[in-house]
Amino acid sequence: MSVTREEVRRIADLARLHFSDDEEEQMTDELDDIVSYVDKLNELDTSGVPPMSHVLDVTDVDRPDEVEARIDREQALENAPDADGSYFRVPRVIE
Amino acid sequence: MTHPTFAEAHRAIEEEETSCEALVSSFLETIDEKNDALNAFTAVDDEGALNHARYLDSQRERGNARPLSGLVLAVKDNICIRSFPVTCGSKMLEEFSSLYDATAIQRLREAGAVFIGKTNCDEFAMGSSNETSHFGPVKNPVAPDHVPGGSSGGSAAAVRAGMCHAALGSDTGGSVRQPAAFCGTVGLKPTYGRVSRYGLVAFASSLDCIGPMANSVEDAALLLETIAGADPNDATSADVDVPAYREALDGGVDGLRVGLPKEYFTEGLDPDIERMVRAQVETLSDAGATVKEVSLPHTEYGIATYYVLATAEASSNLARYDGIRYGFRADLQETKDDIRERRAELKKELSAARSNGNDERAADLRTELDEQQSVLDALYTRTRTQGFGDEVKRRIMLGTYALSAGYYDDYYEKAQRVRTLIRNDFDRAFEEVDVLVTPTTPTPAFCLGEKTDDPLEMYLNDVYTVTANLAGVPGLTVPIGTHPGDPPLPVGMQLLGRHFDESLLFRVGQVVEDQVADDERRAEPDRR
Repeated sequence: MSVTREEVRRIADLARLHFSDDEEEQMTDELDDIVSYVDKLNELDTSGVPPMSHVLDVTDVDRPDEVEARIDREQALENAPDADGSYFRVPRVIE
Repeated sequence: MTHPTFAEAHRAIEEEETSCEALVSSFLETIDEKNDALNAFTAVDDEGALNHARYLDSQRERGNARPLSGLVLAVKDNICIRSFPVTCGSKMLEEFSSLYDATAIQRLREAGAVFIGKTNCDEFAMGSSNETSHFGPVKNPVAPDHVPGGSSGGSAAAVRAGMCHAALGSDTGGSVRQPAAFCGTVGLKPTYGRVSRYGLVAFASSLDCIGPMANSVEDAALLLETIAGADPNDATSADVDVPAYREALDGGVDGLRVGLPKEYFTEGLDPDIERMVRAQVETLSDAGATVKEVSLPHTEYGIATYYVLATAEASSNLARYDGIRYGFRADLQETKDDIRERRAELKKELSAARSNGNDERAADLRTELDEQQSVLDALYTRTRTQGFGDEVKRRIMLGTYALSAGYYDDYYEKAQRVRTLIRNDFDRAFEEVDVLVTPTTPTPAFCLGEKTDDPLEMYLNDVYTVTANLAGVPGLTVPIGTHPGDPPLPVGMQLLGRHFDESLLFRVGQVVEDQVADDERRAEPDRR
């Protein structure tokens, strides 16, 4: 299977990334290389093999839902690129 | 180059030959002297570390000595320490500072450790050479035109260059073990879930582990003992008792069954590394271990499996960097201007296409106009495009591809099934043997710039380390001497064990460390 420029554009759009024409061409080549390599997984017959998403056999780990004082509003906004003292500031969504 | 250990510092403090303050001062001097050349640290907290050391000294005088008083640590810059920056080697988090301590940090702090600074790493821990950092590459202290390995390259370099006693790194596909091997330090990737990931910036959540790097097996064991254990803040941390790892160190290897996975000793392995590893195995055998060849038949599928799963998880984890709540945000006005310009351009072209009767072109342009991003979407895109470096973008792209409609079954789920096969390989091998011995890396450290043009070639360097992350088993790398090439570079040997059997790895590691020290003493008797 080979990766096309159209696919790279579609994937970039999904990932909220933008590439210039040159970058897009290079990314297409690199992804194509890597994906061709990854295709070696198809040498293996995995029918009947369950997919593994996690190493340990743990499911539904929960803990009591207790309110703790961790960070306050001021701290939460400390790392914000733009804030007005009480809220994160973002660009207008509806023009 | 001196290789300071905490065990020695602890003894010196107990005998009042030194103080925490004196230790910190001396490390700060070494950092001052060497960091410009090595670029191992992204931040050094001179004043904070000295103040903390003085506090610990005063507590000691009052009889309140902490178990790790005098331990001076460097911490990879993707692990949170309250009020320290945590850049992850990225422009995206250049201005970010942490609001809380990672659980591992909190436990070390309570035990009396001093954090001297944050260490450089590949951007978001994605890399095998420390060359993808926004803050420039780290140099290998042993040979400065060589890479220190990655992604925990700054931590490995700091430990090797004597800028701290030990360091924390993180290992998703070999990021503790490979740089430890390249720089000649001890490095442990614990069992998945052994150490809480709370406060470790996520790369691939089903693979990520915080691990210690040190100048001795004993120090690594001590660090693990401190940071391991269940944590309510990380649902994937394991509720398994933490043994006193240091007590296991003197167990020896008599009667132990050692396995050599044949797939790790094939084409691509440097012949000198193979010889050095086999010589160590020979010595283990002399010390009473039985050695046999075993097979991990799916080893050759490790890299392909890893790069599908790790990038898929990364693409999802890194979706949070959108420039809204924290981190870098692209310039809003520029974003707006760009959209406006592009819109005007499209409209002009559209009317030209219409007047030329080029209906197809007109339809395409109409679609592009209709699908133009909103200002907010454009701001996300611009933020991520400017904030992430090339390797991170490549991995986000690959992961998004593997998870996208039409490819999910072929890539992501396929890789998850192969992951099961890889884990089964280890389960079967550990029915026959107690520990596996392998090279940590196929070659010693390579030159800066040598592999940066070929991402796939760079990925293949992780061939011996990624499978431990996929299977979740612990892996310890121990330095086994110097490669005879030019320049002489460190070589590491990897020990792999059953889930939660780090004790055994430390025990074997201690025997190897002693053997290597004996060999070195024999080789250079005059230096004693």
